[in-house]
Amino acid sequence: MSVRVAESLEEVCSLLAADPATSLLAGGTDFMVEVNYNHRRPSSVVVIDRVPELTGWRRHNGRVELGAAMTYAEMEHPLFAAYVPALAQAARTVGSPQIRNAGTLGGNLATASPAGDTLPPLAALDARITICSVRGTREVGLDELIVGPKQNTLAPDEVIRSVTVPVVDGPQEFLKVGTRNAMVISVATVALVLDRARRSVHLALGSVAPVPVRATEAEEWIAGVVDWDAPEVPLDDVLTRFGELAAAASVPIDDHRSTADYRRHAVAVMARRALARVLS
Amino acid sequence: MSEDRSVAGEATLHYTLHVNGSDRDVADAWLGESLLYVLRERLGLPGTKNACDQGECGSCTVLADGLPVCSCMMLAAAAVGRDIVTVEGLGDDGELTDVQQAFVDHGAVQCGFCTPGLIVAADHLLSVNPEPTELEIREAISGNLCRCTGYGRVIAAIAGVAEERAASTG
Repeated sequence: MSVRVAESLEEVCSLLAADPATSLLAGGTDFMVEVNYNHRRPSSVVVIDRVPELTGWRRHNGRVELGAAMTYAEMEHPLFAAYVPALAQAARTVGSPQIRNAGTLGGNLATASPAGDTLPPLAALDARITICSVRGTREVGLDELIVGPKQNTLAPDEVIRSVTVPVVDGPQEFLKVGTRNAMVISVATVALVLDRARRSVHLALGSVAPVPVRATEAEEWIAGVVDWDAPEVPLDDVLTRFGELAAAASVPIDDHRSTADYRRHAVAVMARRALARVLS
Repeated sequence: MSEDRSVAGEATLHYTLHVNGSDRDVADAWLGESLLYVLRERLGLPGTKNACDQGECGSCTVLADGLPVCSCMMLAAAAVGRDIVTVEGLGDDGELTDVQQAFVDHGAVQCGFCTPGLIVAADHLLSVNPEPTELEIREAISGNLCRCTGYGRVIAAIAGVAEERAASTG
């Protein structure tokens, strides 16, 4: 039984290789709920919140690389928000200030909740996720990492090192519906990215399917409708159609937080609202 | 951090936490103990309250390296090397801070259970943002639940401290 505060990524990987049953602990905001309620009884823990390779963010070749132990509070920072506004907006809606000071991007990914708030922005941005172990490094897309509710494809000896997203020329939006502003698990979310250079629109939906989904039909249709040389807020019937196509991409369920019908409705409203905002 | 064998045969941990400016030894601890549990049950610091044990209520708010966090969500043995400040560590021994006094003066304390967490959150807000707007005050305490619903007076107390500090520094 041990708790090790790791000091390097190499140390994390070798500890995992030596004992794949060991638990990785970053912000603790999911882990400790399970421990406190006796749903998890860890035999050994490796603490990764201070590993230099996993902390902070940096710009590199037109992309932003985020360390897996970057907290939501760090993602809210204006300097970061300038490059990845949808992710900053999403981070801003997570939990409370206390939770945002602790919870991490890597934790949101590994937990793989359908309601993970950073996931739709990462999906909309085609984020790439770098995973490490003593066996080497591999890079995957979000849909290869998260394959079902709370199901990730990490091997027992692997750790998420970082996430990279492009710096996109154009506005971004993240919208979320829940029962209050703070401390709420999402009922439905949308992340929308307008890419002026590629003349494309990226729309991802959260909490309305087993995994984050891209509304590709809505994306392709609107890209052909927008006047890319002089973008302006679309007419109501265009916004409505975009919302309908977005809702059609969702596969929500009835659960204790909401109903499938309401989630489809919320997606349609948020998608058209987000589109109007990025084109205004 | 060392490992011992307890009588029952299950290994226990020994480690040292830095709390309210002092190094505090924690002995014979179970690996999964939260910082909240260790503060209250092992270190004799019951000011930090336990209500939900899942990060929802903010009653257990402490500062870790200067940032408010839920101590129930922090593994105690993972807090080694961090600077922890609890509500007991905010003021000089036995004296109320101006934030605590303002809560008394504004009637911001009803049952009092959420008060220590709110005090820590408010203390941090005013240290990083000396003149918060009402919206910023509401945001800073959005992770602290008061089931007596005394938020109006809590907000008034925090705003009052900001005004008094601004007046006294001229």
